[in-house]
Amino acid sequence: MDMGSISPELLLASLMVAATPILLAALGELVVERAGVLNLGVEGMMITGAICGFAVAVNSGSPAFGFVAAAAGGALLALLFALLTQFALANQVASGLALTLFGLGLSSLLGQGYVGIKPPPVAKLDIPLLGDIPFLGRVLFSHDLMVYLGLALVGLIWSMLKYSRAGLILRAVGENHDAAHALGYKVVRIRVAAILFGGACAGLGGAYISLIRVPQWTEGMTAGAGWIALALVVFASWKAGRVLLGAWLFGGVTVLQLNLQAASVQFPLSTFGWMFFGAPLIYLIHLKLQRSRISWRAIAFVTAISATGLGYALVMRGAFTPFKVEYLSMSPYLITILVLVIMAGDKSRAPASLGRIFHASQ
Amino acid sequence: MLKLEKRPQPSRLWTWVTPLLAVVITMLAGGALFAALGKDPVEAIATIFWQPLFGEFAFYYRPQLLIKGAPLILIAIGLSLGFRAGIWNIGAEGQYIVGALTGAGVGLAFYPTESVLVFPLMVLAGALGGWAWAMIPAVLKLRFGTNEILVSLMLVYVAEQLLAAMALGPMKNPEGMGFPGSRNLRQYESAHNAELITGTGMHWGVVAAFIAVIFAYVLLTRHSLGYHIRLTGQAPRAARFAGVRPARLVLVCLGTAGALAGLAGMFEVSGPAGQVSIDFNVGYGFTAIIVAFLGRLHPLGILLAGLLMALTYIGGEIAQSNMGLPAAAIQLFQGMLLFFLLAVDVLTNYRIRFMSREVA
Repeated sequence: MDMGSISPELLLASLMVAATPILLAALGELVVERAGVLNLGVEGMMITGAICGFAVAVNSGSPAFGFVAAAAGGALLALLFALLTQFALANQVASGLALTLFGLGLSSLLGQGYVGIKPPPVAKLDIPLLGDIPFLGRVLFSHDLMVYLGLALVGLIWSMLKYSRAGLILRAVGENHDAAHALGYKVVRIRVAAILFGGACAGLGGAYISLIRVPQWTEGMTAGAGWIALALVVFASWKAGRVLLGAWLFGGVTVLQLNLQAASVQFPLSTFGWMFFGAPLIYLIHLKLQRSRISWRAIAFVTAISATGLGYALVMRGAFTPFKVEYLSMSPYLITILVLVIMAGDKSRAPASLGRIFHASQ
Repeated sequence: MLKLEKRPQPSRLWTWVTPLLAVVITMLAGGALFAALGKDPVEAIATIFWQPLFGEFAFYYRPQLLIKGAPLILIAIGLSLGFRAGIWNIGAEGQYIVGALTGAGVGLAFYPTESVLVFPLMVLAGALGGWAWAMIPAVLKLRFGTNEILVSLMLVYVAEQLLAAMALGPMKNPEGMGFPGSRNLRQYESAHNAELITGTGMHWGVVAAFIAVIFAYVLLTRHSLGYHIRLTGQAPRAARFAGVRPARLVLVCLGTAGALAGLAGMFEVSGPAGQVSIDFNVGYGFTAIIVAFLGRLHPLGILLAGLLMALTYIGGEIAQSNMGLPAAAIQLFQGMLLFFLLAVDVLTNYRIRFMSREVA
């Protein structure tokens, strides 16, 4: 297996880039969910942001205007969600799905004249001294502004939620909207503001894909990034710092599979065996973490599967097959499912009013 | 000042009026959209809703109504069971693809054996494939407590990649001159889901859709399982006290939805589509979500909503070729429908009161 063609320096640098769109979208959704609203329309807002940003950047020649327009477009779509869920008191799951279907249609309509066009390039900040550090300079300090905006947003949201009064009120609204209402906080107003912020962040994330990551416009180009961002919030237990970790994990997986596609390396068949060897063990660890009693039957089951996997791995040692692009492309989604499975036990951190309809009856 | 007052019970009248209202509002907003695109709004709306049924070439388009409507209705019926119980399977598109793959896979495996048993086996395989794909989110939810919304959706993207891998790899037509895509099942008589009555569009998938509607109606109104589903949706706590086992409900709802979506995929691949190809799926699994809501999660409502949605697909195609209306405009039009439906639905659950601001 020839992995030599993949440089770790480049891999880590592009990981930062690949992580940024889902990081931005997930941070926005984090704030929305901490306010007690479940907006499943992230994918729709992202793709709308992607085309709004792209169109404005192409027409104005300025990527900065593009990003502003993307944020505005995402927020505008989020406003529809806010109207539905906060004023028409519609079911949030259904409204979120509607937002995604609507956003996908809207974006492909808006994007008709923009297929095959190159957007204006976005300058990279080459930070003078730091950028010259041998390995780290390339990995950390030679990106565009949006990467740093994403990182700054992590710190900002973390400190706001943890230390500021506004953050406390936001969390109060998310944990118990009736109590917050009784205390005189404007529940609906605060939630609408959070939803708009989430939309703007998702829009920025989408524009990052169409303006920097790819950079061009194709229909449905976000390809599930919005849903991965939603999963990321669960993975992060609604904490900003963990969102960053999760985004890097997914960025890493995406970049790695793209590199494997390009490098056309050979895939060792024994990997399947190792997967079957490892998965049951991870399952045991999961049970242990949940402090549930582990039955003898489970142990026998796990041992049997693990042993089969190990046997397969040992027999197939040295057998290779080329990676198939399609199977590699599945990996980000499969990893998302895996992460959801591992993290699902920790639901205690979810805002208590998440997804519930607030109606102040007097 | 406007005030919303919660109704003690959802209004029965408004439950059925709101979908119609939503359709009317969507037509108006859609007309505005088409006008903004520089098309005559009245002509566009007429092309979409009138031409396929009563226009000059209606004899050609009417059968299409059944062909396009059947998969939508089949999938939406399955989804509605889960939606009623608060189980959100939004990955029907993936189950549809996998059902098509397993169904077609069985058919292709038997090629070129001619036997009456091939098609029933394919039907079985299609249903099983969709069921198995839906069991992944179900089992993960029950065993680990993962969110079925996200898992079922992620599996759509996995299924799309699987479809591409199959169309380019194992299922590729060995006599296809290297083009992607499987053998055409329409040319393999035992596996062909042919029209039952020529010129009507009636194929086995349409029959299955009608059976599913009846089955779902009986289930929901006459069977204790249907009662449990409705109870869980309306009062989860009461349902638990009444002895409803949520785990069983998750398995049944997701399993049924998966099996029906798989059937829809299998009937599509062996009939109208004909072959496994990269662009086989056209989003029926997602449009079916709109159909389920527009039909008020009620079997008969879904039947009507499915036909209406099929109408917008066919009319959209006509408008596309006759008036140059972009395909995306139709997609947006369908999305708007769900939006307006959810918006006007407030009238079902709440009363709007006009109140003068009282002095405290």
